[in-house]
Amino acid sequence: MLNIDHLDVWFGDPPERVDAVKSAGFTVAQGESFGLVGESGSGKSTILRAITGLIGTWSGLIEVDGEKVSGQHRSRAFHKTVQMVFQDPYASLHPRHSVDRVLSETLHLQGMDQIDARITRLLDSVGLGKGFRFRYPHQLSGGQRQRVAIARALAAEPRLLLLDEPTSALDVSVQAEILNLLTDLRRERGLTYVMVSHDLAVVAHMCDRLAVMRGGEIVEVMEAARLRAGDPASDYARALLAASAGFAREGAPG
Amino acid sequence: MSPLLSVRNLRVSFPTRSGTFDAVRGVSFDLGRERLGVVGESGSGKSMTGRAILGLVRPPGRVTADRMELDGQPILNLPERQMRALRGARISMVMQDPKFSLNPVMTIGRQITEGYRLHTRTTPQAARDKALEMLRAVQIRDPERVFDAYPHEVSGGMGQRIMIAMMLAPDPEILIADEPTSALDVSVRNEVLRIMDKLVRDRGMGLIFISHDLNLVAEFCDRVLIMYAGRVVEELPAHDLKNARHPYTQGLLNSLPRLDHPVERLSVLQRQDSWRDEEIATPFPGGL
Ligand SMILES: Nc1ncnc2c1ncn2[C@@H]1O[C@H](COP(=O)(O)OP(=O)(O)OP(=O)(O)O)[C@@H](O)[C@H]1O
Ligand SMILES: Nc1ncnc2c1ncn2[C@@H]1O[C@H](COP(=O)(O)OP(=O)(O)OP(=O)(O)O)[C@@H](O)[C@H]1O
Ligand SMILES: [Mg+2]
Ligand SMILES: [Mg+2]
Repeated sequence: MLNIDHLDVWFGDPPERVDAVKSAGFTVAQGESFGLVGESGSGKSTILRAITGLIGTWSGLIEVDGEKVSGQHRSRAFHKTVQMVFQDPYASLHPRHSVDRVLSETLHLQGMDQIDARITRLLDSVGLGKGFRFRYPHQLSGGQRQRVAIARALAAEPRLLLLDEPTSALDVSVQAEILNLLTDLRRERGLTYVMVSHDLAVVAHMCDRLAVMRGGEIVEVMEAARLRAGDPASDYARALLAASAGFAREGAPG
Repeated sequence: MSPLLSVRNLRVSFPTRSGTFDAVRGVSFDLGRERLGVVGESGSGKSMTGRAILGLVRPPGRVTADRMELDGQPILNLPERQMRALRGARISMVMQDPKFSLNPVMTIGRQITEGYRLHTRTTPQAARDKALEMLRAVQIRDPERVFDAYPHEVSGGMGQRIMIAMMLAPDPEILIADEPTSALDVSVRNEVLRIMDKLVRDRGMGLIFISHDLNLVAEFCDRVLIMYAGRVVEELPAHDLKNARHPYTQGLLNSLPRLDHPVERLSVLQRQDSWRDEEIATPFPGGL
């Protein structure tokens, strides 16, 4: 479904050029769920943004559903196939568009019918009742905004979903509901996911395999089982796993 | 010891099409020189409580309280000029959407130094040094580049750390941190927590730490307030979080995915209408 090879992504020109992604490569099979974890600032969001055509300065191979893409141009078919949930839901929602407008525009764009019923269903599936339908982004809590962004991505009924920290603003009970929803959709419709998260337990729960990134490079691709077993190959992944065991307060017992 | 911050019966309400919506419904707590965790359902009023303390609830939102005092001084609905003098210098808040809260057309360095100089009156050079030092402290790998960068040129987690650096630079007495580490990998997160922890221990800062990460709150904080539908429904010593009594808190603990315990589906909460308004077990949740 997704094939990335020797992907370089950079910003600006020398001497200020930032090499955000360096020779990254991984493949994700149809119906698979693939995790991206790693250091903050290591290039995870940049990879997703390059795939969706938001960044033009890249080289290497990006192949989606057997089609190579180039530069920033993406076909209509691409947008029907691929949707992304952004890390920053505030920035990705238009401040003067109500929830209703956000969803109905996406549905119209994808040529869907029964818009009204679909909106109700979508809001329901992300745990937002109809009371939220005519609210604007600034009238929502952080987690409510994130759920609107998830509903919008699902509205297009994509086959490949790129999820950038989809549940990091949600309390764990709502997170459980959203993750179960994603699990069900994947099983019922054979969706493919690429999911960025800092929560290793979430990644292990959702993904079959994952890549660990640091400083723009993929340092390791492994099975989720290996993460669970506490047995990654790279030093960095082992250090991450150790750090996720918790925060040890200085002077605190234990 | 008298508390740094004392809040009684705080209410925040918004007029909506279908009547008044009460986002915060009578929250009371005291904050000492401690790490106070706040957890709770999405939409339960955590951010709104923080905003109300800082006088940042936008009209038509309405804030009332029987008491809201900083070091014994009333701060409820102060005139904007007086509030601005408090904000940043004495109470700071790291917002949940850091990149949205940063000014998109001003470099990061300028934003940190301006805020800092407003409260300390140092030379531009000293402010720059301080900003770079703070960026380094929050584990920004290339502080010189980030100093000259604009908010859209940094990652989500970098934005969060920049906001933390900016808010801690003027040495506030109280920091309200709204999901400050949700976009950080665990190694960087632990370093950033260590900075806040040190400020509480060495300088006696009061920290309100809003987070969805229950394990983290249990380890990092001293006390935890659990919010549900605009109220504090339970208060616990942080290390006792696992023994929470309120069914909402227990439900939260059960819905966590765990590395050592794979499951097919996560358990979800069956929310009860009665949780909204039932009698609260602790007589004064949130007290010192
Ligand atoms: N528009 C841009 N201009 C310049 N540099 C950029 C731009 N966008 C991103 N970068 C840089 O690219 C690097 C990777 O950023 P990216 O957002 O991909 O990180 P990330 O892995 O998603 O981190 P996080 O977990 O903190 O969100 C960072 O150093 C960032 O400063
Ligand atoms: N301008 C507004 N008008 C009406 N309701 C609002 C407005 N702003 C916020 N709300 C509502 O107030 C409630 C409390 O919001 P708040 O941002 O405090 O939630 P939160 O506990 O921080 O949630 P999260 O964990 O999702 O960030 C939410 O249900 C939200 O929809
Ligand atoms: Mg990112
Ligand atoms: Mg919030």
